Amino acid sequence: MVNKIWGIFIIIASVYMILTGNIETLNSEILKGGMGGISLLSQMLPLLVLWTGIMKIAEDSGLLEKFAKLVKPLLSKLFPSLQSNHPALGYIASNIAANALGLGSAATPFGLKAMECLQKDNPQKDTATEAMVTFLILNTGGVTIIPTTVIALRLMYHSANPSEIIITSILATTVSSIAGLLYDYRKRRAK
Amino acid sequence: MNLISTYIVPLFVLAIILYGLKKKINIYDSFLVGAKEGLVTTFHIAPAVIAMVFATNLFLNSHFLEFVFSFFNPVLNSLHIPISILPMAFVRPISGTASLAIMNNIFASYGPDSFIGRLASTLQGCTDTTIYVLALYFGSIKVVKTKHALSAGLFADLMGIISAFLITFLFFGT
Repeated sequence: MVNKIWGIFIIIASVYMILTGNIETLNSEILKGGMGGISLLSQMLPLLVLWTGIMKIAEDSGLLEKFAKLVKPLLSKLFPSLQSNHPALGYIASNIAANALGLGSAATPFGLKAMECLQKDNPQKDTATEAMVTFLILNTGGVTIIPTTVIALRLMYHSANPSEIIITSILATTVSSIAGLLYDYRKRRAK
Repeated sequence: MNLISTYIVPLFVLAIILYGLKKKINIYDSFLVGAKEGLVTTFHIAPAVIAMVFATNLFLNSHFLEFVFSFFNPVLNSLHIPISILPMAFVRPISGTASLAIMNNIFASYGPDSFIGRLASTLQGCTDTTIYVLALYFGSIKVVKTKHALSAGLFADLMGIISAFLITFLFFGT
């Protein structure tokens, strides 16, 4: 499905730009298009390397396992296919915690590591497992408790109360996460 | 709140290093092993990141969305919903930076404490960039058959957007 979306984006953009006479912009977008990804990667790379390094210390010292045990009761309900001492659970928990605190960029390395752990037990390497799908629904739902970027930007524009939107964000994010998990649950049951 | 998020990262790192020392593991060696894994991961995700950023930038810069949403202008005006919120709601699952840019524009023209400013803040805070996250995470482990991950993610986004509208309305009125 990502295949289709990717194609549709490019087709719609190209056709629309040709029709509206923006062929020059289209040209330069295509020729320079790779730069956007490279600059994003160059921002991610130092962070990713640093965090996977730090987290390896947590993994080797057994801290990650301890953390996973702490959140196990909640996560094992969401991930019935994983055993309670599965290493992925620690990374999943760290990912959710980092996201919740509004540290989105710190969450990515944990998330990638969680996927890697889940992939190890995957019998069909090109197909997503149930646990992967559930994890990504949780992740894209973005269970945010402190939306740091939003608050910073509101502060910049002299909001009288920059953090007043925390409560509305938490409520909206809760609705969207529950909706995603219910959808996932129904899909799994339907099989 | 800002204080908490400033302290959490340093304390987190400190705790991990102290715990590692307490357990007498070679923290520097562990770090190097992990850092190397991170480097490999970055190379694994590079094609997916470049591909997705390319397609989304192309799509957003074509201004096709503005064209589509201009048709809804009369309806939205009669409901007192400013037009800029719709592209933002639509772009939110595709690109975090793009929706942040739209939110920035909304703050600049209406102020962060206006109804639309609060709505934009809630929208930005309530969900993540589904399509990008899926492409990145599945791309990193070369999974191509993603089952219902995308439809579930987009369904959750839709519910999040609708509830953001309703909740902001309930809390702050018009």
